[in-house]
Amino acid sequence: MTEPLLSVRDLKVSYKVGSGRIDAVDGASFDVPRSSIVGLVGESGCGKTTVARALTRVIADNAAITGGQMMFGGRDLVTLPEREMNALRWRDIAFIPQSAMNSLDPVYTVEYQLNEVLRRRGGLGRRDARRRCEELFELVGIDRGRLSDYPHQFSGGMRQRVAIALALALNPKLVIADEPVTALDVIVQRQILDQLRELQAALGISVILVTHDISVVAYICDRTVVMYAGKVVESGTMQATLTEPSHPYTMGLRNAFPDLQGAASGVLTPIEGAPPNLAFPPPGCRFAPRCPFVLDTCRTVQPPLEGIAADHAVACHRAGEAATLREKAARIETWMGRAVA
Amino acid sequence: MTMQTSAPLISIEDARLHYKVGGALSALRGNPPVVKAVDGVTFTIRRGESVGLLGESGCGKTSMGRLLLKLEEATGGAIRFDGEKIADLRGQALKRYRSRAQFIFQNPFDAINPRFTIRQTLSEPLENAGVPSAEREARIVSVLELVRLPEPRQYLDRYPHQLSGGQLQRVVMARALILEPDFVVADEPVSMLDVSVRAGVLNVFRDVRDRLGLTAIYISHDLALVRYVCERTIVMYLGKVMEDGPTEDIVHEPLHPYTKALVAAVPVPDPNQSHDALPIGRGAPDPRNPPSGCVFRDRCPHAFDRCSREVPHLRQTGTRHVACHLFDRTE
Repeated sequence: MTEPLLSVRDLKVSYKVGSGRIDAVDGASFDVPRSSIVGLVGESGCGKTTVARALTRVIADNAAITGGQMMFGGRDLVTLPEREMNALRWRDIAFIPQSAMNSLDPVYTVEYQLNEVLRRRGGLGRRDARRRCEELFELVGIDRGRLSDYPHQFSGGMRQRVAIALALALNPKLVIADEPVTALDVIVQRQILDQLRELQAALGISVILVTHDISVVAYICDRTVVMYAGKVVESGTMQATLTEPSHPYTMGLRNAFPDLQGAASGVLTPIEGAPPNLAFPPPGCRFAPRCPFVLDTCRTVQPPLEGIAADHAVACHRAGEAATLREKAARIETWMGRAVA
Repeated sequence: MTMQTSAPLISIEDARLHYKVGGALSALRGNPPVVKAVDGVTFTIRRGESVGLLGESGCGKTSMGRLLLKLEEATGGAIRFDGEKIADLRGQALKRYRSRAQFIFQNPFDAINPRFTIRQTLSEPLENAGVPSAEREARIVSVLELVRLPEPRQYLDRYPHQLSGGQLQRVVMARALILEPDFVVADEPVSMLDVSVRAGVLNVFRDVRDRLGLTAIYISHDLALVRYVCERTIVMYLGKVMEDGPTEDIVHEPLHPYTKALVAAVPVPDPNQSHDALPIGRGAPDPRNPPSGCVFRDRCPHAFDRCSREVPHLRQTGTRHVACHLFDRTE
C-alpha cells in the first residue's frame, strides 16, 4: 500500500474545564489513504468533531493537543510551527464546518466570499479569481449568474454546495466535512452526497466525512472510523466494518437504523444508556456500561485497537467472538433492560 | 396497528393556508404574491389511524399539522374534528379541543422552557386543565413511566440541560400525553437525536400510540421513519397531496414520480444495497413561484405538455389516490 495522505497516531486532545480536564480525544489512530472518503462516525460527544478540528489545529481556546502525531505529506501537523500550519489551511486542508449553510456571511455576496479566499489566501489576481469563481460554481452545479447573489437567496442545499465550492477553492488535497448533510432533506442529502463523491473522484482528493449517520457512510465512504467516548473502537474498509461489524457499538449503530428494504414488522433496537461523562471515564472499556456482552475484564482493562483481519481493527476484548455476538446483537432482547438514554 | 372502519375522527376538506408575502409596494402593483403553504388538501383520518405526512421542506407538511391543531387558521376549506368544525370552536369547546389534540415538537432542546424543572414543565398543562394539585405528581410520574423514563421521580426536579436528548424528547412526549389526548401530531420528533437513541424514542411512540389507541400524524421527510410508525402515508409537494395510500404499497411500488424520488432517496445502512439514480430534477421547490399545471412538473422526469396546462387531481388508483396525469386514463 502506498503511503497514506494522512496518518494519525495516538492523538490526544483535552479541554480544560473549570479546574479539571476532559480528554475528549484519548489516543485516536487512523489513516486516510489518497483519493478516498473516510467516514468518522459516532454519536454526539464522541470526539469526532474535535478530531476533525484538531487536524486543522483550529480548536477552542480551552482545548489543546496533548499528544500524538498527525503525519501529512511527511510533516507532523502536531508540531508544525503555526506559520507553516497556517499556510496549509485551505490550500492543502480545507474544512467545511457543521451547518456550513449557516456559516456563510449573510451581508456579502457569495462571490465576495469566494474572492476573499481566492485573492487573500490564494494570491490570485482579480481576473483569475473571477474565472476560478465561475469554474467552482460550474463544478458544484450552480449557475454562474448566481455568483452575485446573497446567501439568503439560496436554498439549504444550494448553500451547502456554495460551502463545498468555498472548500475546494484552492485545490486542497484533503477536505474535512463536518456533518455536511445532517440538516438536509433526503433528496437534497442524496444530491449533495452524489456531488461530493463525483468531485472527490474527479479531483483525486481525500475527504474525511464526520457523521453520526451510518447510512451516509454506507452510501459514500471507502473506509470507516468508529469513535466512542474519545476512542477509536473500530476501523477498516467500509465493507468490512458495516457487513461484519465487530465492536458491539458498531453492531448497535447498524441495528438502530430503520431499513426501508427490511421486513415491515421489524423492531428497531436502540442502544440504551448514554455515553460516559469524560471527566470521569470508566476505567476499562468505555462502552462497557452500555454493552450487552460485557465481561468482568471489560470493566477494568481497556481493550487495545487490534487488527482482526487484513484491513479491519477492533478494540474489544471479545473481538474473537464477533460472529456470535453479531447474531445476538440483532435481537432486541439483547439490548433491553438497560438505562434509558 | 389498529385497522378500524368507523367514522373519521378528522376530516379535512379542501384546506388552504395562503400567506400574503411581500410589502405594500407589491400590493400597490395590484398582484400581491401569495405563498400557498397548503393548497386544497382533502383527506380523512379514522379513529386510531396513524398517518405519515411525507415531503421535503416547504411541501406544507408542518403547516398542515399546525392547521390540524388550530395553531394556524386555515384561509379556506374546512377541518372537522369529531364532526365539529375546528374553526368555529370557542371558549370551553376550544379549551377541550386543545387538550384532546396535542403537538410533539421537533427539537426537544427548544420545545421546553430551560428555566422550568421537569415537574414544572409537566404541571403546567395539568394546572391549565384544572387538575387539583394533590393529583398532579401521581399523573406526572405515571406519564413518565408511560414514555419509559425509568425511576421517573429522580428527574422531577432536574432542569432540561441535565437530561440527554433522548430523555428530553420523552419529556416532550410526556407533556403532549399528560392530558390524555385522542390525537397527536408529531413533527420530525427524532430528527435532532443521535441515531443510537432514535430507535428508543420511535419504539416509545409506537407503544404509547397502540396502548392509548391514539390517532396520530407523523411528519417527516424520511419514508423509512414514517414506515416504522404509520400504516398510511400522504405525500405532499408544494402544498398539495401527490399520493395517499397504505405505507407498504408506497414503499414497494411508489406511483407518483415525486414519491418515486422520495423512495429512491431514503438512506440505506447496508453497503451491499444498490442505489438507483435519483429520478428527479435538481433545484428546490419555490413556493412563491410554482409552475403552472402540476406543481411538480419542473422536476419531473416524465412531464409532458398536459402537465403544464392542467392541474392533476387526486384520483383513485388501486389502493391509492394519486395526483398525476400519468395515472389518469380518462383522457
